[in-house]
Amino acid sequence: MKFFYSLIKKVSYSLLLLLAVIVLNFLLLHIAPGDPVETLVAEMGGATPELIAQLRSDYGLDKSFPHQLLNYILRMAKGDLGMSFTYDQPVVKLIMGRLAATMILVLTALMLAVFLGTILGIMAAQKPKSFFSGFVTLISLAGYSAPVFWTGIMLLILFSYLVPIFPSFGMYEVGSSGNMLSYFLDVLHHLVLPALTLASIYLAVYSRIARASMMDVLGSDYIRTARSKGLSERVVVYKHALKNAVLPVITMAGLQFSQLIAGAVVVETVFSWPGMGQMAFEAILRRDHTLLLGILFFSTLIVIVVNLLTDMSYRLLDPRIK
Amino acid sequence: MRTKLRKWRTTFWLLSCMVLTMGFTSAYAGTPVRGGDLITGYGQFPSHFNHAIQSGAATAVPGCNIFASLVETNTKFEPVPYLAKSWEVSSDGLTYTFHLVENATFHDGKPITSEDVAFSFEIVKANHSFGPSMLGPVDRVETPDKYTAVFKLNNPHPALFMVLSPALLPILPKHVYGDGQPIRKHPANTNPVGSGPFKLAEFKPGDYFILERNPNFFRPGQPYLDRIIGRRIKDPNANFIAMKKGDFHLAMFNGGLRLKQIESLKKEKHIVVTSKGYEAIAPVYFLEFNLRKEMFKDVRVRQAIAYAIDRKFITEKLHSGFSKAATGPLHSSFPWYTDQVNTYALNLEKANQLLDEAGYPKKADGYRFSATIAWYPGEPDSMDTLAAYMKPQLKKVGIDVQLKPPADFVSWYKHVAGWQHDMTMSNIYSWGDPMIGVHRLYLCDNQKHVVWTNTSGYCNKELDAIMAKASVETDFAERKALYAQFQQILTEDLPLIWTHEAPYQTIYHKNLNNVITSVWGAASPADKMYWTDGKMP
Repeated sequence: MKFFYSLIKKVSYSLLLLLAVIVLNFLLLHIAPGDPVETLVAEMGGATPELIAQLRSDYGLDKSFPHQLLNYILRMAKGDLGMSFTYDQPVVKLIMGRLAATMILVLTALMLAVFLGTILGIMAAQKPKSFFSGFVTLISLAGYSAPVFWTGIMLLILFSYLVPIFPSFGMYEVGSSGNMLSYFLDVLHHLVLPALTLASIYLAVYSRIARASMMDVLGSDYIRTARSKGLSERVVVYKHALKNAVLPVITMAGLQFSQLIAGAVVVETVFSWPGMGQMAFEAILRRDHTLLLGILFFSTLIVIVVNLLTDMSYRLLDPRIK
Repeated sequence: MRTKLRKWRTTFWLLSCMVLTMGFTSAYAGTPVRGGDLITGYGQFPSHFNHAIQSGAATAVPGCNIFASLVETNTKFEPVPYLAKSWEVSSDGLTYTFHLVENATFHDGKPITSEDVAFSFEIVKANHSFGPSMLGPVDRVETPDKYTAVFKLNNPHPALFMVLSPALLPILPKHVYGDGQPIRKHPANTNPVGSGPFKLAEFKPGDYFILERNPNFFRPGQPYLDRIIGRRIKDPNANFIAMKKGDFHLAMFNGGLRLKQIESLKKEKHIVVTSKGYEAIAPVYFLEFNLRKEMFKDVRVRQAIAYAIDRKFITEKLHSGFSKAATGPLHSSFPWYTDQVNTYALNLEKANQLLDEAGYPKKADGYRFSATIAWYPGEPDSMDTLAAYMKPQLKKVGIDVQLKPPADFVSWYKHVAGWQHDMTMSNIYSWGDPMIGVHRLYLCDNQKHVVWTNTSGYCNKELDAIMAKASVETDFAERKALYAQFQQILTEDLPLIWTHEAPYQTIYHKNLNNVITSVWGAASPADKMYWTDGKMP
């Protein structure tokens, strides 16, 4: 019962958050100079004032700001996210076409970062003064401090041009026919570089956290007990210590998920990955309010869901949390 | 003597062998073969495919492959038959009668008739951003029978054949686009039923599109390519690597590549780089003055700045020879161009002298006055680099230049369209004829709060009269003389300083043939393009 109460509380908070996100972003976009019609004019290489006025009224941009905002929220309450100015297509359809690409990239990068980070951190924690531990620190710091786009471009030059084993851009070969399996392998092939790039930043964070928390746990009493029982080192580390050591990593992963989505904007641009981030970036440049708000709405939704899931996973990992 | 002769003979044989093989390969490459895909990366990606209502190269390049038009333009600015197999022009220049080919069909199988021509004319005139300047003189299109379209004009129109080309007047099916839905939001814009050599097979907005060969295209055997695949490229490095590896075969309008990257691609054996294909679009770059600002009201100040800028340095050093110095408002590829104008060769002494005369002496800090330069974002080689050059260069004549980098396109738009700028760097596409793309910058009554209009605030009634005359003069020599005057007056008045012509290159795989067959370059149908041996490399 208490669980449901807290769930309802969380969901209603989330709804408020969503509303705040919409209003704030709507406001921000209106403070930025220009509107979608002006970017359209750029693409057309000029236009007459009459055509511009006509386009503005077509898109409902001639109405006052509160009027536009209210319209938007009312439509949204009915589940209608509107039409994109840039593409003249329903926002929901556009996002649905991009959501999967972003989720594949972000989730793969997250799993890579968490999994590799934890393993590396644990290995480093077992021999904190060894060469290997120093190496892990170095690698993770390098990954953390290098700008994502730089890492991406370097990986591109290395593994797509000098040693051409991975494709240089995109998510799939366009226009090739094949069955599901070949499509899957094709996407996997394209995924390696972008996922590695995105994971590189977070790898550092997770390995540092895993290393610190593992060292902490390894020094506690129950580990000494386990060791004195005569358990092998592997069982001690991976069965007894890991569960406790991994909690901070999960917390961090949950908290940083939103940043991971933000990082995807850059990675998607470098690798021409057809995801939501790339589309969001374009929507900002084109002042495509409806599309951007739609993307932000979905991203917020994803972050909220992930935070809820993180909460739940604590319960599974640590029975003390109820 | 004898050995010398023998040497000559050997050389002769070698030479003739070379000539023969050359002749052989070119004859071999000269026979078009079917087959193969063309993959190209787009920096600017279309949001739909109806270029009847949307100008700009992003839509026109794929659009020209989906939609046919009445005429094509060859590499000499002359019309050649396309959907119109022949035509007559009345002696007063007010009636153009076009006879259509009779076996042309839309992609849905319905025949292309004069009704569709009349319909497309109405759509373009009312919705295209150059509609008024392109089709203003045309009163109506009459359709005496299914295969005859008659253009009735109010006054002579020297640029009509340019307007009827694939880039500007695509023929749309009336039975699809004329169903009563508003044309701007018509679902067929993203799912077109076309009349051209290729049909749209797949489109993922902002990601890729696939055009497929139209097997029922009215030109027998054409097109030769099986498919054209366009992919969205956000990062120039990805396009660079893809071109270098041969994954992409063609980049137009530089494909977003930096000039340094093109220089590197030029060294690749499998790549051809040419500056051809931009003669009609004819992009000219300039530094614009806001003549409403006190210091720029004086023509001597404008001339001084023109003398202070070294165009040779821009084209040779900053652009590594990829661009050409501009001498005036018209692109040098235009038939009406003249170089008989004041070209303002670098002369700092004269610049300083003019500024002194204009009443702007150097103050204690060494500066005469300060002014801002803004620029159009998105073309770093032509804009950012030039702006960075202007600052130290104009310092030499005592002008304190404040750079005003744009946050993004719309920020620049607001700045310039609001007439708030001191100076801005910008460019225009001339779109085949001065009256379509060039006049807009100089007409007195075109001072609008929109970019690429007369935002400098320039007005010269004499020049207006010349432009009005040139817009109805159909005799080429007369018109050329009018435009010579036009160029001379503007280069004296200098509302803008024309710095250079676009360093645009077309970069393509050497096995690709007939890449540029028109002054419109990429903005024309690719039905003649083919792969040597009919295979992608």
